[in-house]
Amino acid sequence: MFDTLKSRIFQGEQFIKDIQNAPMREQFRGLPILKNSNCDNCKKCLSVCPTGALNINPLKIDIGKCTFCGACKNICERNAINFSNFYKLTSSKRENLVIDERTTEELFYKTAVEVKKEITSVFSKSLKLRQVSAGGCNGCEMELNAASNVNFDMGRFGIDFVASPRHADGLVITGPITKNMVYALEDCYKAVPDPKIVILCGTCAISGGVYQNSTEIDRSFLEKYKVDLYIPGCPVHPLTFINGILDYIRERK
Amino acid sequence: MNWIKIKNNTKVNLNDIPTLDIDDLRNEIISLVTIDKMRPIAFFGKDWGRGQVKLFVALADDGQNKPAAASDKEGGFYITSSIFHAGIKSYECLTNIIPSFHNFEREFFEEFKIEPLNHPWLKPLRKMGDGKTNYPFFKMEGDEIHEVAVGPIHAGIIEPGHFRFMCNGENVYHLEIALGYQHKGVENLMVQAPSNQLIESIAGDSVIAYSLAYSNIMETVKGISVSNKAQLIRKMALEMERAAIHIGDLGAISGDIAYLMGASVFGATRTLVINTMLEFSGSRFGRGLITLGGVNFDIEEEKIKRALKTLDKVESDVTRMVKTMLKNSTVMSRLEKTGTISTERAQELGLVGIAARASGVNLDSRFDYPDKWIKELNFKKEKFEGTGDVNSRFQLRYKEIIDSISMVRKIFEKLKEFKNEPVNSGYEVLSKENSKDSFAISVVEGWRGEVVHIAMTDNSGNLTRYKIKDPSFNNWYGLALAVRNNGVSDFPLCNKSFNLSYSGFDL
Repeated sequence: MFDTLKSRIFQGEQFIKDIQNAPMREQFRGLPILKNSNCDNCKKCLSVCPTGALNINPLKIDIGKCTFCGACKNICERNAINFSNFYKLTSSKRENLVIDERTTEELFYKTAVEVKKEITSVFSKSLKLRQVSAGGCNGCEMELNAASNVNFDMGRFGIDFVASPRHADGLVITGPITKNMVYALEDCYKAVPDPKIVILCGTCAISGGVYQNSTEIDRSFLEKYKVDLYIPGCPVHPLTFINGILDYIRERK
Repeated sequence: MNWIKIKNNTKVNLNDIPTLDIDDLRNEIISLVTIDKMRPIAFFGKDWGRGQVKLFVALADDGQNKPAAASDKEGGFYITSSIFHAGIKSYECLTNIIPSFHNFEREFFEEFKIEPLNHPWLKPLRKMGDGKTNYPFFKMEGDEIHEVAVGPIHAGIIEPGHFRFMCNGENVYHLEIALGYQHKGVENLMVQAPSNQLIESIAGDSVIAYSLAYSNIMETVKGISVSNKAQLIRKMALEMERAAIHIGDLGAISGDIAYLMGASVFGATRTLVINTMLEFSGSRFGRGLITLGGVNFDIEEEKIKRALKTLDKVESDVTRMVKTMLKNSTVMSRLEKTGTISTERAQELGLVGIAARASGVNLDSRFDYPDKWIKELNFKKEKFEGTGDVNSRFQLRYKEIIDSISMVRKIFEKLKEFKNEPVNSGYEVLSKENSKDSFAISVVEGWRGEVVHIAMTDNSGNLTRYKIKDPSFNNWYGLALAVRNNGVSDFPLCNKSFNLSYSGFDL
C-alpha cells in the first residue's frame, strides 16, 4: 500500500495542462514550410520522396501523402523545403492538405478545419469513437492509444474510444484499407448509428501512403462514404489527433 | 557441399548456393534440425522462370551446442536450395517431423501452390479471398463445449485478427488464430520500390529493428560502409526502442489485470523514452533516423546529457513500480502460472525472442551473431531463469529494460571516441558489379525477437526478392498453446504478455 502511494507521489502531475497550446520539441517534423524562390528544379527531392507527395514548379507538398520522413529536406541543397514543429495539421477538406509556398502556420490553422454548427452543437462535450485498423502498421494505433494515457488524457474533453460501434458517434480509420479488411470495415461502419462521422487518421488512411501502389489494398470504401476529417501524420502525433478533434467539435474562441 | 555457410550481414553469390533434390534436402534438414539442433529461419520460394520454382532454405546455427569453452561461439546460417520443375506440385511435408516448419510450409504453399503432403493444417495463412469468415476452423462438439469468436476488429485500438476459442466450460481447450487481415503485399512492394519509409511502416512498433535490418542488408549487397559513429547511434536506437516498447508492455499487462496504477506509471514513463527518441530523430518511434550509409541525425553532447538524465529517471520509476507490483499478492496471483509455455514446447515450436527466453530458450541474435561492438563494449549474454508464464515474460521485460538502459549508457560513453566521424557515408552506390547475383541475410534482434531479412538481386544488381520474417511468424502459435487450459478471461493477459505483431506477420 505504502509502496503504491510512493509510486504515485513520485509521478507528480503528468498531464499536459493546456493541450491546445502544448509545446512541441523543435525536432518534430510537422507543417512543411516551402520557399519556391530557393528551388532550382533540380528534382532531387522528387527522386527520394517515397510517396510522390511532392510537386515542383511551383513547389507543393501534399501532407495527406507525406510520411514526414524529411528525406526531401535532407537532400535539398538550397533550403527550399523545411518542416516546422507545428502539429495542428488536421483538415476537414482533402484539398487543404496540399501545402504551397503561401501556407503559413496561422493561415493553415485558420482555414483547414471548417467548424459546423451541426457538429459543435451536438459533439462539443462528448464524442465517442470506434477505431478500425485496416492495415495499419501499429504506429498510428500506438499513438491513438497514447492519446488516452495520463500525459495527453484525451478523456477529460469527453473524447473516448469505445469498444462497440453501437456506442460510437464516428469511425476512426487507420491503415491503407487492405482487401482483407474491406468487409469488416464496412460492417463496422454500418453498425455505427446515424448520424456519424468518419475520420481518416494517418498518411496510409488518407492516401494509401507507402502502400498506395499495392495490389492488396482496396480503397473503394472511401468512394462510397463521406469523410469528415483528415488527420495527417506518420504516425499521427497524439497532440495532432486531440487538437484536430477539438478544433472540429468545438467553437473557436 | 550441400550447404553454404555464411555469417550475419554477409552475402554470397546466388550461383554458389547448392541446389539439392527435394528429398535430399528434406533429409538434410531433418538431420541438421533434429541432430545438430539448428532451427529454420527462412523457407521460401522464388519464381525461377518457365514455370519453375526455386525453394531457398536457411537454417540458423546459434552456436548454442558448442562447448562453453569454445573460442568461436559465433553462430551463422546454412543456406541451400531446391528446384521444383514445372508440373511438380507436391513434396512430403516437414511439419510432421519438425513442427516449427508449419507456418513456413503454409506460406510456401499459399504463394506457389506446391503442396506439402500430409501437412496437419494446411490452412490459409494470409489470403482470405473477400475477407469474410470462410476460414476452415477446427470444430469441437460435446455437452460443455462452446466457441467464442472474436475479431477481426477488437475492443481496443489494436490491429485486426480473428481468434476462435474452443472452450470446455470456462477453460480454453484450443485457440485458433486466423490472420491475414493486414496483408498489404509488402514483399512485392519491396522489390518494386524499396525504401526506408516502406520498411519503417511494416511493423510500426519495430521501426528501428526493421530499418536496421534493411540498411544492413542493402549496405552488404551494395558494399557501402558505415562509420563507427553511425553504427553506435543505430545500436543505441535499437536499445531505446526495446526499452520503450517493453515499458509500454508492462503498462499493458498492468492494464489487463486492472492494476491501473501500473498502467498509468508505465504509460507516462514510456513517454519519456519515446520523447527522447523524438529529440534524436524528429519522430517518437525513430522514423527517419536510419538511412542507407548511416543515420540522418547527429546526436549532440547536450542531447546526450539530457537523455542520460531522463534514463536515470526512467530506470528508477520503472524499478519502483515493478518492485511494488511484485510484492502485491493480487498482481502475482494473476501473473503466476498463467499462460505457461514449457521449455520443450518453446523449442519444439521454434519460438524466438522474449517469448523463447522467458521459457528458458536462450536465443538472442545480438549475442548469437555478434557484431564488433558486443565484444568491444563488453555486453554479456545472460540466461534468464524463466518458467514460461506471464510472470516470466513480465519480469524478463523488466530485466531487458534495465539491460538496455545500461547498454545505451555505455554506447553514449563510447560515442565520445568518434566525435569527429561523419554520421553518413553518403549515398554513393558502388558499381552494380558489386551487387549482382547476391543473396544477403541480416538478422536483427528487435524487442520482440529476431527480425530476419533476406534480399536477392539479379545480374544487373536489382532486387528480385525480398523476404521478411517477423518474430511473430514463429510466436503466434506459441500464444495459441499458452492459453490452453487457461480461463477465456485470461486471454487478453496472455496476449499482451506476448504482444505479437499482426502487420509483421501478415506483411
